[in-house]
Amino acid sequence: MTAMSTIEITGLHKSFGRLEVLRGIDLTVEPGEVVCVIGPSGSGKSTLLRCVNLLEEPTGGSIRVAGVEVTDPDCDIDAVRRGIGMVFQQFNLFGHLTVRENVTIAQRRVLRRSRAEAYRITTDNLNRVGLADKADSYPAQLSGGQQQRVAIARALAMDPQLMLFDEPTSALDPELVGEVLAVMRGLAADGMTMLVVTHEMAFAREVASRVVFMDAGVIVEQGRPAEVFAHPREDRTREFLHRVLEPTRVSESEIGAQPAD
Amino acid sequence: MRLTPRRRRRILRVAGYIVFALAIVAAVSAADWGRLSDAFFRLDVAESMFPEAITVALRNTILYTLLAFAFGLTVGLVLALMRLSTILPYRWFATAYIELFRGLPALLVLFMVGYGVPLAFPDREIPGGVYGSVTVGLGLTAAAYMAETIRAGIQAVPKGQLEAARTLGMSHPRAMVSIVLPQAFRIVIPPLTNEIILLTKDTSLVYVLGVTSSTIELTKFAGDTLNTRVNPTPLVVAGLLYLVITLPMSQVVRGLERRARRER
Repeated sequence: MTAMSTIEITGLHKSFGRLEVLRGIDLTVEPGEVVCVIGPSGSGKSTLLRCVNLLEEPTGGSIRVAGVEVTDPDCDIDAVRRGIGMVFQQFNLFGHLTVRENVTIAQRRVLRRSRAEAYRITTDNLNRVGLADKADSYPAQLSGGQQQRVAIARALAMDPQLMLFDEPTSALDPELVGEVLAVMRGLAADGMTMLVVTHEMAFAREVASRVVFMDAGVIVEQGRPAEVFAHPREDRTREFLHRVLEPTRVSESEIGAQPAD
Repeated sequence: MRLTPRRRRRILRVAGYIVFALAIVAAVSAADWGRLSDAFFRLDVAESMFPEAITVALRNTILYTLLAFAFGLTVGLVLALMRLSTILPYRWFATAYIELFRGLPALLVLFMVGYGVPLAFPDREIPGGVYGSVTVGLGLTAAAYMAETIRAGIQAVPKGQLEAARTLGMSHPRAMVSIVLPQAFRIVIPPLTNEIILLTKDTSLVYVLGVTSSTIELTKFAGDTLNTRVNPTPLVVAGLLYLVITLPMSQVVRGLERRARRER
């Protein structure tokens, strides 16, 4: 038996009303891969990610996660989601619960772990993200970077076989980005399968096993980060990378500005 | 002397204080305090009201309030969830209910429950006698108001909270109970306090159901004493006892709000 792909997406379409956000996506993620999805705003990156755990209902196509067809109406989506950790741009920590309770609640209520076991696993995961000393704080008392690390610990405590990251550093102050990326780099090194939507090109270049460039609802190109960043095959990729990697080199003529006399 | 903007502001402010103070002094000194105190502050009349004012009337007022509030909160929560449901008939029902009961005077609803239910169901009655009728009669109206309050509270919880909970594998009901509703209720504590204070005062309508000496509440009790003693002092006593209920409630809620602020 060949090893099962962690994610297998074929012919994925998603429309919001008349707006077609995803126009036929085929993507496979193998166990242990770190796949970074890059591309301009509105290209459908986040929607693609949110379709994987059915936060968005696809309009067409099929998605299999670890062999389970999540797009099947009879699929027990709650069971599938237990195996998929997700980290959001806005952290989405539960504001009425302490850090420890945030990490513990789904272990208790969903996985039915014993109090002692959940406590131990919570402590382990808070240690992993370096926040064991904040266990009794409330999210509002933490910095954005700390909140995002708690969110990662909360997802990890469920022992996921796949982690989805939806622009995890985009809402952070610049000096807090590093601590979150450090945790993610550690996860990748430990062999976690990760699908990451990000604007952090340096992270994608260093950590990703594969980079996927999306634009206007389709995958324009994908490949090893060294190839995509150094030798993009498509013009759209080249232009995007130029604007993102060298923002101070974008000339006025490129954006159609008329120089003043 | 030139008026700088700062000096002018200060003069205007002081002038405002003086006018305000004069108005109050004028109103207070214009009243005939001798006659007022003879009528409203007769100690012997006040004393004759105790201990029943507390052991019966105050106790019943609190009991009616709590019963109607508990009923209203439960029904209100169900209605709020129905209004937010994806199932159209549920939304219709909840909307119709809320519009209807918000539009009717509480007194009228109380009347209808008191006289309509026995007619509609001749073989059975609302359990608990007057207590049951009050619970339903006042609770039905309160539920309509609280449903809207709770709905607003649920909608004020960011959508990401539900998404995060669902992502962790929680079912929709589990996510609502564990994650969304606790935060929604923290948000609606201030308006719900308003609701319970209004309800406290609405218990003064209970007399229309015909109360006995054991089910009497504050306002009716004060009115009866006023009639037998031909003196309005009981109104003052009843008023003070209402404040005994509502003022500590405000305090408790202020404490709860402080706590909620820290956690949010």
